[in-house]
Amino acid sequence: MSDYLQSHKKITLAHGNGGKLSHELITQLFVPAFTESTESLNPPEANPNEAVGLQELADSARIVPPSTNLVFSTDSHVVNPIFFPGGDIGKLAVTGTVNDLAVMGAKPLYLTSGFIIEDGFEMADLARIIDSMAKAARECGVRIVAGDTKVVEKGAADRIFINTSGIGVLLPRAPEGAASIRPGDAVIVTGTLGDHGIAIYAGREGINLKTELKSDCAVVSPLVERALQTCSSIRVMRDPTRGGLATTLNEFTHQRNFGIEVFESRLPVREEVRGVCELLGFDPIYVANEGKLVLIVPPSSAEDVLKALKEHPLGYDSAIIGRVTERAPGRVFLRTVVGGERILDMLIGDMLPRIC
Amino acid sequence: MKYITEFRNFEAAQALSREIHTVLAKDQPSGTEPAREIKIMEVCGGHTAAIHKYGIAGLLPSHLRLLSGPGCPVCVTSNSFLDYAVTLAREPDVIIATFGDLIRVPGSRSSLLKERAEGRDIRICYSSLDALQIAKDNPSKRVVFLGVGFETTAPTIAASVKRAREEKVTNYLVLSAFKTMPNAMKALLESGELGLDAFICPGHVSVITGSSIYDFIARDYRTPCVISGFEPLDLLQSILMICRQITEGRAQVENQYQRAAQATGNAVAQALLKEVFVLSDSDWRGIGTIPASGLALSPEYSAFDAAKQIPLKIEASRENPGCICGAIMRGVKTPAECKLFGKLCTPENPKGSCMVSDEGTCATYYKYARS
Repeated sequence: MSDYLQSHKKITLAHGNGGKLSHELITQLFVPAFTESTESLNPPEANPNEAVGLQELADSARIVPPSTNLVFSTDSHVVNPIFFPGGDIGKLAVTGTVNDLAVMGAKPLYLTSGFIIEDGFEMADLARIIDSMAKAARECGVRIVAGDTKVVEKGAADRIFINTSGIGVLLPRAPEGAASIRPGDAVIVTGTLGDHGIAIYAGREGINLKTELKSDCAVVSPLVERALQTCSSIRVMRDPTRGGLATTLNEFTHQRNFGIEVFESRLPVREEVRGVCELLGFDPIYVANEGKLVLIVPPSSAEDVLKALKEHPLGYDSAIIGRVTERAPGRVFLRTVVGGERILDMLIGDMLPRIC
Repeated sequence: MKYITEFRNFEAAQALSREIHTVLAKDQPSGTEPAREIKIMEVCGGHTAAIHKYGIAGLLPSHLRLLSGPGCPVCVTSNSFLDYAVTLAREPDVIIATFGDLIRVPGSRSSLLKERAEGRDIRICYSSLDALQIAKDNPSKRVVFLGVGFETTAPTIAASVKRAREEKVTNYLVLSAFKTMPNAMKALLESGELGLDAFICPGHVSVITGSSIYDFIARDYRTPCVISGFEPLDLLQSILMICRQITEGRAQVENQYQRAAQATGNAVAQALLKEVFVLSDSDWRGIGTIPASGLALSPEYSAFDAAKQIPLKIEASRENPGCICGAIMRGVKTPAECKLFGKLCTPENPKGSCMVSDEGTCATYYKYARS
């Protein structure tokens, strides 16, 4: 690969035209990274003899459907900056889609990846992104089985955009969804809020903020599995990305006959995030996360689920932050730090564009 | 977060809340209903936002009402000013530089946001010095900074004008709609439509001006004034100070925000204002023209005055007939009384200025307190 990078410093339009340079790019960069990283994987739910993978350079991956229900999702990634403390667009492209599958109560198995790259993009940066994707995929046990690369003229895209689509299989005890939520249920969040959004914001060009803060960008599957093992009737799980926790909770209550009460003093927020938000007039409860879960669980299992989550490093700061109420159906409301009460609405407008 | 969380302490807030209840119950025979409603106006939009963000009203006796006043810079800006800005934006050699919120406020026929979508050069700045830099970077264009706000923002714009003159930047202009607080408060009291008991006075304005600007309100109108900070404990303590004044029959200017606002204010900022601006009559949305309630560029700085340097003929301004932003700004009506509120007028699609800014009364009610 290093020889290839030596002789090809920048992406050009020809790398996306389907010809020789495209072929080289795919065989030199993508295929080795995405196959070597995952060749040892044999998902038990999949047929071990199936012919998946990129080596054939066929137009599609062939996969044998498992016997349980499938989940299928897609996510496009346009984050700016593309390299940020705690991650990069490649890692995010894997974790983003994998998390969308995982929170359904699924085990993610396969990803496809579509790249849109601007003419002139540094080949070394592309290699770094591909490596990061491969590493993230390996860590969470998914295989990147198909892909596509397009190169567009300078100015037609901002450096690099990545779409990933993913397939997973539903695990036993998968949550039924928001319709199963009942008054009295507990609301749990698996760690500090707003780390991703604020890390990205601080990393932007022209923003003179120096923080030690890292994005929380991570695969939440271990937390999902722990929660499902501990409780057989988890109502719903979601990863509160754009719009933050407040927006996710509002999605749960929308057009439902229950409300959600959140206790502001119980929200886990890092001091750095609190400080930056204070300076800029943001509210951490609206800032994006990329490695957190919000779960709604029956009250009888809340403490057990909390304990199980806290035992994993990703869930160390988990907290029960609220409860489902009969009162105020369709609404989320906040019990403020001073004991007052107010509505907690969805995010309105674009607080931080291009966060993922 | 040191020095902030202390001002959001639960126990202290509950103690202040209990004390407010106790003070107001003093004159009230036990078991009886309060004799009358007590109306306190928070003039500043920052206070309105903090009051709702922390749910302060829920900690107060039910007969104590907090009314939001005309203290959100974007909200009080008149349609005629916005129309002028829109017309300026259509001039081929003009770049408009503005604080962000203003571009979303609908004028009579258009908004700066719509004009920007049409391709006019309208840029959002975080500081007036950014606008000055745009002027330096674009010598063939005229850069007009839209000056809205109160005594808080005006000194920074004064500084940019002064620097432009020192650095001989001749294509930097300011369209001023700056406003000053005391005469607007006087106009509200004189209208007699509110029956106000007291003012929570703006904290940041007072940091610049000092506390003496409210003396005439306490003296001539027998209305208690307390300068307040913006944290929940600041506001609760200020309300307690007001309640004490009311029950003791006092009307004084008191300063709760002593950690930031001094009696004499910020002398450097005051000198800048005096050098660059002169007092002028000013057009307030919903209130009308209030004498000596605005700041215009002084004759000495007229070379930087967009209204003088680019005189334009503007079509007569008109208001959205359903919008009651004016009455809301005067504290006469609440957003819930507006037919458009939450239906046709939302933060995503604002019909009136109060729904635009984070500090706008309607936006605040919509976000934190709609039923």
